[in-house]
Amino acid sequence: MNLDLAPEDREFQQEVREFFANSIPEDWKKTVRAGLRLSPENLVAYQRRLAERGWGAPTWPKEYGGTGWTPQQLHIFWSEASAADAPAQFHQGLELIGPIIFTYGSQAQKDLYLPRIISGEDWWCQGYSEPGAGSDLAALRTRADRDGDDYIVNGHKMWTSYAHVADRMFILARTSNEGRRQQGISLMLVDMDTPGIRISPIHTLDEKHHTNEVFLDDVRIPAANVVGEEGMGWNYGKVLLDRERMVAAATAMFLPQTLRAVREAATRRKTAHGLLIDKPEFKAKLAQVEIEAMAVQAMVLRLMADAAAGADSGPRGSMVKLRWSELTQQATALWVEALGPKAQHFAALGDESELPEDMPFALKGALYARVTTIYGGSSEIQRNIIARRALGL
Amino acid sequence: MQFAFNDEQQMLHDSALRFGSDEWNAADRLKRLAEVGEGSARRWAQMAELGWLMLPVAEEDGGLGGGPVEVMAIMEGVGRHLMTDAYVSHCVIPAALLAGGGEHCAALTEEIGAGQVRIAAALIEEEGFDTAAISSRAAADGDGFKLTGAKAHVEDGADADWYLVSARTAGVSGERDGVSLFLVPASAEGLTVQRFRSVDSHRHCSLDLTDVAGIPVGAIGEAADRIDAARDRAIVAHLSEAVGSMEAAVEATLDYVRTRQQFGAPIGSFQVVQHKVVDMSVACEEARALTMVATSQLASGGEASSLIAAAKVRVAQCGIALAQQAVQLHGGVGTSEELIVSHHLRRQMMLDLAHGDRDYHKARFAELTR
Repeated sequence: MNLDLAPEDREFQQEVREFFANSIPEDWKKTVRAGLRLSPENLVAYQRRLAERGWGAPTWPKEYGGTGWTPQQLHIFWSEASAADAPAQFHQGLELIGPIIFTYGSQAQKDLYLPRIISGEDWWCQGYSEPGAGSDLAALRTRADRDGDDYIVNGHKMWTSYAHVADRMFILARTSNEGRRQQGISLMLVDMDTPGIRISPIHTLDEKHHTNEVFLDDVRIPAANVVGEEGMGWNYGKVLLDRERMVAAATAMFLPQTLRAVREAATRRKTAHGLLIDKPEFKAKLAQVEIEAMAVQAMVLRLMADAAAGADSGPRGSMVKLRWSELTQQATALWVEALGPKAQHFAALGDESELPEDMPFALKGALYARVTTIYGGSSEIQRNIIARRALGL
Repeated sequence: MQFAFNDEQQMLHDSALRFGSDEWNAADRLKRLAEVGEGSARRWAQMAELGWLMLPVAEEDGGLGGGPVEVMAIMEGVGRHLMTDAYVSHCVIPAALLAGGGEHCAALTEEIGAGQVRIAAALIEEEGFDTAAISSRAAADGDGFKLTGAKAHVEDGADADWYLVSARTAGVSGERDGVSLFLVPASAEGLTVQRFRSVDSHRHCSLDLTDVAGIPVGAIGEAADRIDAARDRAIVAHLSEAVGSMEAAVEATLDYVRTRQQFGAPIGSFQVVQHKVVDMSVACEEARALTMVATSQLASGGEASSLIAAAKVRVAQCGIALAQQAVQLHGGVGTSEELIVSHHLRRQMMLDLAHGDRDYHKARFAELTR
């Protein structure tokens, strides 16, 4: 057992540290620390900068334009990004559809889409969930009927994050009603400017527009835009199961950013008996979340070591997702608590510059965090997965 | 970066598991616990023969120089089989406390390695778990020292031949300067030993000292760092013990929910039960990952205090919650003396208290990361 960095990894660490040094604009940091996404323009700018450095797709193999980094290098990269208050890269292109395209897509699809994901030219959104198909995704009803060289798609997608800024969307649609529910589902790539697509925002409790309903009315999609074989779409998601642990790991590694924000807020906050950070009750609460966050970081490290050794990490990606999402909720809630009464000043009715420091980021973050135990497989679904895959129950 | 044991460590691990299933078979547990002195002496001799007692002794003291990871390999077996043999208290701690402490220490260390002597650390007083929170005094007396005071709890101290006692040669409680360490034989004049059994069948004691002659270990007045270093070794060893016990408790519970029938089905088919077992397995993974990271950080010689404090807190929280859930899912029989899960719960509760409980280490973590 040895967790020390090898000399070549230490060199790499230095290189990454230099890249991030003083590179993140101050006005990004509060948003990033609140676990909120930066504006699409800023995220695209960040993606372009990484791409210019050759680091646009950290988890992809070299042959598709990725870095080909080892899990150890990925761990270093994310550690340094986290420490520098850099944002997480937008994942729907990079981690969700990209890997499916390079694993199952046609040569034409690879040639067209992959470079544009890395360069930040294409923003992808995921059209999976529907009003009647959330955790039970196989209940989806959007249908694609063959018409010559095209499919005519009709349906109603829900919780389509960033559809309002996306250039393209990958959808699951039913191409057949025969057999098991999971059969007859196809994966298709859709240009967002195709006629018949209508996007309607879903207003959420955090008052940040990030998600939408998408209506598809007689949308004509070329058959060449089906990934892999018709009717096999459900199976292609499986390639993501192995990669999910990386996504979970990467996300969890950004948790310390929020904890730094809590610390800073509590260090600023004056109370009747000195600074909040010195009050034993608050110290104990903060220590508790920090300690649990350290446990999650340790789980991530073990996950990455398994990946490096080519070992199956079983359900530990699900475990990291479970614990990370609970902790991001606790950490953002503690941030709000540290702000005290001024956490009620969510929006300025007059002069914007009068808003208290950290507001509205902290509170938006705390509210947005509620969705982390719901999206990407809710905590209940994660527990089902662990029970089935790891415990054999 | 790799978490796996090397070949040598794996052999130690296998040896500890074998020893555990031979000597501490769950079915014979109550019989083992009943044969107090005799069984414990026999097993201790076997551990000496296996080389375990030489393992944590430094090479310059004639030992094998095993580090925290080697000790971990053994302690996982100790925890999994709930061995009450005090490997940490009678071997890991005294070897660390005595290392480089002088000629008489080297001689005793050799005896530890051979299984000929039991030495327990008497470090804690009424004031709490902090190394410097002691008021016992050691007064110079000719060439030697005379110790007076009370030690509230000596982990596994009931059957010790010697005690390593911390006492002040200067300063007042709370100050690290002036903390000294002394060897005191159990038969010393002026020493009163009160013996206790804990609920996990470990055998502890408290000490009252009135003008007891003590032999100094290491430099006078400068023992606080030595004690903290030994305590960190002990804590990470107990973390591995806790993880071994947690894994065994999860496995026992999984077996049970798969076989126990109620309402015409195995109770493990009910989602509410499944999710509880999942939470146990997540707690187990948290504890394991944190223990491994803390252990390897200590082994690599880096600054590990805050990480060890964090691990101590979280492993105790996870361990107790997990063991309580193991009892819950076993239903009524989970509370019986006969089933192993109730023993796991009792050990997890006591492991929390050994060398500082959750609250103490949480406060310590907060101080260290301030």
